[in-house]
Amino acid sequence: MTRANLPGWKTMPRGGLLLEPGSAREYQTGDWRTIRPEWHPENCIHCLFCWVFCPDSAVSVKGGKMIGIDYDHCKGCGICAHECPSKPKALTMIPEE
Amino acid sequence: MNKSVALTGNEAVATAMKQIEPDVVAAYPITPQTDIVQYFSTFVADGQVKTEFVTVESEHSAMSATIGASAAGARAMTATSSQGLALMWEVVYIASSFRLPIVMPVVNRALSGPINIHCDHSDSMGARDSGWIQLYSEDAQEAYDNVIQAIRIAEHPDVLLPVMVMQDGFVISHAMQNLEILDDESVKKFVGTYKPDHHLLDVKHPMTVGSLFLPNFYFEAKKQEAEALERAKKVIQEVAKEYAAISGRQYGFFETYRLEDAEVAVIALNSTAGTVRGLVDEYRAKGLRVGALKPRVFRPLPHEELVVALQHLKAIAVMDRAESFSTHGGPLFNDLRSVLYESKERPVVTNYIYGLGGRDLTLDELRRVFDETLEAARAGYYRNRVTHLGVRE
Repeated sequence: MTRANLPGWKTMPRGGLLLEPGSAREYQTGDWRTIRPEWHPENCIHCLFCWVFCPDSAVSVKGGKMIGIDYDHCKGCGICAHECPSKPKALTMIPEE
Repeated sequence: MNKSVALTGNEAVATAMKQIEPDVVAAYPITPQTDIVQYFSTFVADGQVKTEFVTVESEHSAMSATIGASAAGARAMTATSSQGLALMWEVVYIASSFRLPIVMPVVNRALSGPINIHCDHSDSMGARDSGWIQLYSEDAQEAYDNVIQAIRIAEHPDVLLPVMVMQDGFVISHAMQNLEILDDESVKKFVGTYKPDHHLLDVKHPMTVGSLFLPNFYFEAKKQEAEALERAKKVIQEVAKEYAAISGRQYGFFETYRLEDAEVAVIALNSTAGTVRGLVDEYRAKGLRVGALKPRVFRPLPHEELVVALQHLKAIAVMDRAESFSTHGGPLFNDLRSVLYESKERPVVTNYIYGLGGRDLTLDELRRVFDETLEAARAGYYRNRVTHLGVRE
């Protein structure tokens, strides 16, 4: 978001209050990433270690199976790739272009 | 029904707190504020108030607990002095930035070091940029009246800022004085019930307090604070008007004394203002056109009104009971001198730093201030811009 699109002091809630619950979802921390996890489904054993260890809940899971990375919120910390027990690994880190 | 009573400054403030009966008081005793906490905890122990009294291990915790209670939706108060205010420091700014209407009596005492327990204004002057409203009180009566008005000012929807109410340590806090207090019902009716629009215990509307504001948002939050202090000026006057109707006592941004036709004025905060008025009468009796001004509201600074009140003068002495170590005078001097830059014919403005660490200000010392300021008015210039008054060489 550019500065011009952000709310000004006249419309912002006072005192830094956030009046909507769950608003952290709207904060796209993926912007911070310099390296990104790449998922290789052919190597994945769906142990969900990545899902457990991800500090930002950025590993998407459906029906008990890993289905991909939420790149809007993944900060690129690399913990998922580090913890991935598959050999060869189902998650590897590559530089963000 | 107003009642005439004899109380110390601390007893007067504790009485106001009893009549306000806040939901939560979290406080830690410190000289010379100790009596406020002691009296108030007695009211709690004796069942005279239903306030939740939180005993804390430090002033940092006192202010933190008060902030937590206020954010939860309670009317919350605390009180402190000197090192206690210093220890609260980082959370003092949080209270104002969260826009929490906390009211805190401050009994002015010198900051260490060297360690000292007596009156000067270095504690509250250090907090002048914290975003709190600051009301200064000359005596027990004004401290009592200011604490009650502070609740209404702080909680006004156009303001929502914390308020500090100052009085001079020992000089006022421990001196017995006749004053008029309101009956409990009148105070309760005046302060009303606190109904916050957003609060943490409103579980149907969950919200976040204290989230991270990076460069994209922090500046806007600070602008909102500045605007709230601007709006507070109107509210302070409205509340004073309503308070006058029930008390018969009229308060403004400042109080002037024989100022309208004066050529020279002495400006002082808190208890010193009474001594200044006494000397104004003495000099008037000699046919000298002197007057006085006592600021009540220091934050926000009523700069427009101050220019109007002071611009006709030839020379002004500003008394500061705090050093700023700028080498250019104390905090009150710098604000007032800056304000007077707006006037067409600028008065000569000089500064006297006095009374640090509880040093008494003698009448002869104050006569020197009047004499030098009269001389400056005649000459059109000052001999010393800043004088440390009453210090040994």
